[in-house]
Amino acid sequence: MNAIPAAAPEEPRVVLTARGLGKDFAGFTAVNNVDLDVEHARIHALIGPNGAGKTTVFNLMTKFLQPTRGQITLLGQDITKTRPDRIARMGMVRSFQISAVFPHLTVLENIRVALQRPNRLATQFWLPLSALDRLNGRAEELIETFGLAEWTDTRAAELSYGRKRVLEIATTLALDPQVLLLDEPLAGMGLEDVRMVAGIIRELGKTRAVLMVEHNLSVVADICDHITVLQRGEIIASGSYATVSQDPRVRTAYMGTEEP
Amino acid sequence: MSGHHPTTPLTPTARPHSAAAVIRKGLLLVVLVLLLAAPFLVYPIFAMKLLCFALFAASFNLLLGYTGLLSFGHAAFFGGAAYFTAHAAKVWGLTPELALVVGVAGASALGLVFGLLAIRRQGIYFAMITLALSQMFFFFCLQARFTHGEDGIQSVPRGALFGLINLSGNYAMYYFVLAVFLIGVGIIYRFVNSPFGMILKSIRENEQRAVSLGLSAAQYKLGAFVMSAALAGLAGGLKALVFQFATLTDVGWQMSGEVILMSLLGGIGTIIGPMVGAGLVVTLQNVLATSEFPVTVITGLVFMVCVMVFRRGILGEFYASRLGRKLGFGLPG
Repeated sequence: MNAIPAAAPEEPRVVLTARGLGKDFAGFTAVNNVDLDVEHARIHALIGPNGAGKTTVFNLMTKFLQPTRGQITLLGQDITKTRPDRIARMGMVRSFQISAVFPHLTVLENIRVALQRPNRLATQFWLPLSALDRLNGRAEELIETFGLAEWTDTRAAELSYGRKRVLEIATTLALDPQVLLLDEPLAGMGLEDVRMVAGIIRELGKTRAVLMVEHNLSVVADICDHITVLQRGEIIASGSYATVSQDPRVRTAYMGTEEP
Repeated sequence: MSGHHPTTPLTPTARPHSAAAVIRKGLLLVVLVLLLAAPFLVYPIFAMKLLCFALFAASFNLLLGYTGLLSFGHAAFFGGAAYFTAHAAKVWGLTPELALVVGVAGASALGLVFGLLAIRRQGIYFAMITLALSQMFFFFCLQARFTHGEDGIQSVPRGALFGLINLSGNYAMYYFVLAVFLIGVGIIYRFVNSPFGMILKSIRENEQRAVSLGLSAAQYKLGAFVMSAALAGLAGGLKALVFQFATLTDVGWQMSGEVILMSLLGGIGTIIGPMVGAGLVVTLQNVLATSEFPVTVITGLVFMVCVMVFRRGILGEFYASRLGRKLGFGLPG
């Protein structure tokens, strides 16, 4: 795993915060009064029943949606009014619930697209495509790490669902973000892939802040340091898995679906 | 094209074998020979008109086919540059290549203004804003003094290339037009197959994802828009020199519609398709110009048939056909 440097767990330090975050859609309050503190080198899970507003919180934090109320800070800077592409450049990169790859680009090209801008190879319209070969080394390293070497020249559209998700995470990591937001990274994966990707996320959480929305509670229990439970757009519990799973409101919220 | 070309087939067995590559090179050579011989085969002015519109359609397709933006105001860049070039050549007395530079610069500036106002809108809103802006420009051209209103700028001198080569003869002019055309197509090819082009492709494929990777999609689209406007301007300026006049016809909304028709007919997302479409439409207009039958009805019918029968356009369908794939033409996207 040379693409993800292994390091000893570091001291907790808050890198991403939300205070009083709220979002209304035409009179309907999707998210209300959410406070979050995401720490460096910790994995933070956002869970809750369907429609609890988890993805909306994600969209607000990454500024794909503009909050109606509240304040967000990233690495000490107020980003409440910052545009989403700028946020990615500041070091917070997200993934999407529906796998977000560039379907007609090959695996190698997908990763290179992420590498192009940080390596100042995004605006040259006068250079041939072969100018991008300079990025192949780093791209292939990531491809290798995530076990995609066999599919380097395969178009992303032809990968299995699980591999598309893996490619998406690999692409995200190409930017070497300080804060990673993963929206249901394990959804729709086979058991093998779940184990592999969960292992990757655990490794990432040693050196970066990870905020993830996830339904697979056994994985959440296994790898996450902190859990925030959302219901109808509001936080009903927050803490370690042991604390949260004992909370009566959480038990009620999950009744009939999954036992936390 | 070495390395990882986006259209490289996936399995080694489907890789275009050398025979196909030879055939493709052969086809290219035939086209080049035809282009060089064209003024001796057809009326030179007609051949030059074809090249101007082919370049115009190709520049438009840079936006629709490779950026995914439907502009309904490209006539402003085409016709605007025609006015600027004509004015520069006639009133300022510039040599043709400098007059073209003036036309391209003017079209780029217009493109920048249009782009800044429209680029953050999507789909039909983008099309409507570009249409509205180009209509505003049309009325500006109708009123402004230097365009001479309904008369247009007449008897524009073709001048001498670099002040040395007299272009008033149609043969000399044709080879000048051909050279500029080839340079324009070369620029388009490089633009599409460049690091910038790769970013554009990723934005077209999944804009949200591109933004989440820190790419400011609007700025890249603006870049493509200005480039498209500049090349449309090159085509328009060239046309003004060929016909030695610039009129309101070239800035009207019908011209914006015509270039859309040309691109769709030939096949968007291919470099050559829109040029084939342009050739077809211009030829059709020329043939029908002398007949009783209204041209617009025929082109309208052609458009309907195109939309219903071959949606990818003529070249798009050919590329996707068995023969096209055997020859190793890949369809991007």
